[in-house]
Amino acid sequence: MATTPIEQLGREAVKSKGWIRAYKWLILRRMSQLGILALFLIGPWYGIWIVKGNLASSLTLDVLPLTDPYVLLQTLFAGHLVETTAAIGALIVIAFYMLVGGRVYCSWVCPVNIVTDTAEWLRRKMGIKGGAQLSRNARYWVLVLSLGLATATGTLAWELINPVSMVQRALIFGIGFAWVVMLAIFILDAFISRRAWCGHLCPVGAFYGLLGKFSLVRVSAVARNKCDDCMECFVVCPESSVIKPALKGEAKNIGPVIMSSDCTNCGRCVDICGKDVFQFDLRFNNQINEIKTSHQREVLP
Amino acid sequence: MASNVDRKQLGQQSRRSFLANIARTAGGVAMLGLGLGMYSRQSLSLPAQAIRPPGVVSEEDFLAACIRCGLCVRDCPYDTLKLANLAEDVALGTPYFEARKVPCEMCEDIPCVKACPTGALDPEMTDIDDSRMGLAVVVDQETCIAFHGLRCEVCFNVCPIRGKAISLNRLHNERTGKHALFIPIVHSDACTGCGKCEHACILEEAAIKVFPIKLAKGEIGRHYKLGWKEKEKAGGSLVSPDLEHKYNLPEGVDYSYEGEGLIQPKQQPQQQPENDTPFSSNPLDRLNKGIK
Repeated sequence: MATTPIEQLGREAVKSKGWIRAYKWLILRRMSQLGILALFLIGPWYGIWIVKGNLASSLTLDVLPLTDPYVLLQTLFAGHLVETTAAIGALIVIAFYMLVGGRVYCSWVCPVNIVTDTAEWLRRKMGIKGGAQLSRNARYWVLVLSLGLATATGTLAWELINPVSMVQRALIFGIGFAWVVMLAIFILDAFISRRAWCGHLCPVGAFYGLLGKFSLVRVSAVARNKCDDCMECFVVCPESSVIKPALKGEAKNIGPVIMSSDCTNCGRCVDICGKDVFQFDLRFNNQINEIKTSHQREVLP
Repeated sequence: MASNVDRKQLGQQSRRSFLANIARTAGGVAMLGLGLGMYSRQSLSLPAQAIRPPGVVSEEDFLAACIRCGLCVRDCPYDTLKLANLAEDVALGTPYFEARKVPCEMCEDIPCVKACPTGALDPEMTDIDDSRMGLAVVVDQETCIAFHGLRCEVCFNVCPIRGKAISLNRLHNERTGKHALFIPIVHSDACTGCGKCEHACILEEAAIKVFPIKLAKGEIGRHYKLGWKEKEKAGGSLVSPDLEHKYNLPEGVDYSYEGEGLIQPKQQPQQQPENDTPFSSNPLDRLNKGIK
């Protein structure tokens, strides 16, 4: 089967798996993102204080401290040694993301992801092509820059403009002009450069990507021999370069697990694939196709 | 072998264009860095009306340590603190308050400091009276009604460290000639900068305001030695006192240093009334001096 035309994106999956399963991970992801936001919001809105603070640092049920290790790293580079509460909070967060995948933060927690996904959806609907070319490595440069600036200025300089923390904080503590930043990111992603913010520029994503370099939970193209080259997964994947080695690497003796730390574990490829090629798996289940190996064993003396 | 394949896959991309691409990315990021660096310098300048929560030692240290989580805001029982929004002059996301709107109520248990996970609000500050959020200053003597001889003393009375941070200085009311002025005086050794005085000031625009200490406080030259303070410190005179000073005085008149002062000859009749001031108690006597 040939590449699916863009207008028919996802139809095959809905037909073969039903609507729910074709959007399962997307729905769960939105529930997670909005749910986390809601947890922060029911405090100020309804006086039900389950979680206080924001993603930079929070206190859940007055016992569990959680701290964003990236912002903590910035304070360290700015020359401040934090108190134990923040350090413990950061260690818990680090442990969690090292387990489930660093960029799970991006696709399951970060509110900006909803904005950029919407921009990408609009881009696809309107058939907007091309735009400014950005390097996917730019985010690592920005990450280095944000830490360097913290040292150079002695302040959390990046936090003055960091849209990720800004948007979440604004939603919880009062929107102010933060909607301008959300709009700017939307325009950037929709009209100027595809997946520009989350996929190319955001140092928060870069940091969490590095954090989850060796994380346990991964997407795996377990049934890659069923792939019919419809290319739908490449279209919906926010980091499309991560799929190829796993999906097409059989000939090069590359296992089916997506090992790139850029993968956000969003599960869109799992949803969109009508042939159920992908599923969530662990990084250790990365043997080359078992059927083939057993076949090889039979053939080989 | 592998590198050959890679190079083939790179196709036409020459080393030159590869380097150009890197330079493009690095250049773009560097430009961002330069702009942001300048902007962050600007963000250090806290506007005078924005007051940091208790436990902030210096603005520079605070901006290195505060992660803008807002936990201090959440634990403030009086909704005094808020986080700076975009397009405000205060560094984005950092907590502050404006005394004229909601002052700090100086909670004994200091919940905001306890809530801070990073120590940006110094956890070693355990007595709220030790906090130095700013310093109250009577900025306008022209409008403060105490200077007009009207009784107000509201700032004096709302002060949480009543009598110590603001005291009243009784002065003569020159306008009426017979009343007193009760002038509020702020003492920096006790004022925490909570802003209750500014909040309570009865004027349309407060005449007493809390400013960052750096802005509000003068500093005496380090070479200054105030004699009476040095003497107090030493527990006695630091210079050997004159043993016998010769005063050039009219005959019969004597002078006692650090004693009764000018000693008139006893036989001479006293011209002045019994309170030993050289002036008459009636101001008109002085005003009419020289008029026959």
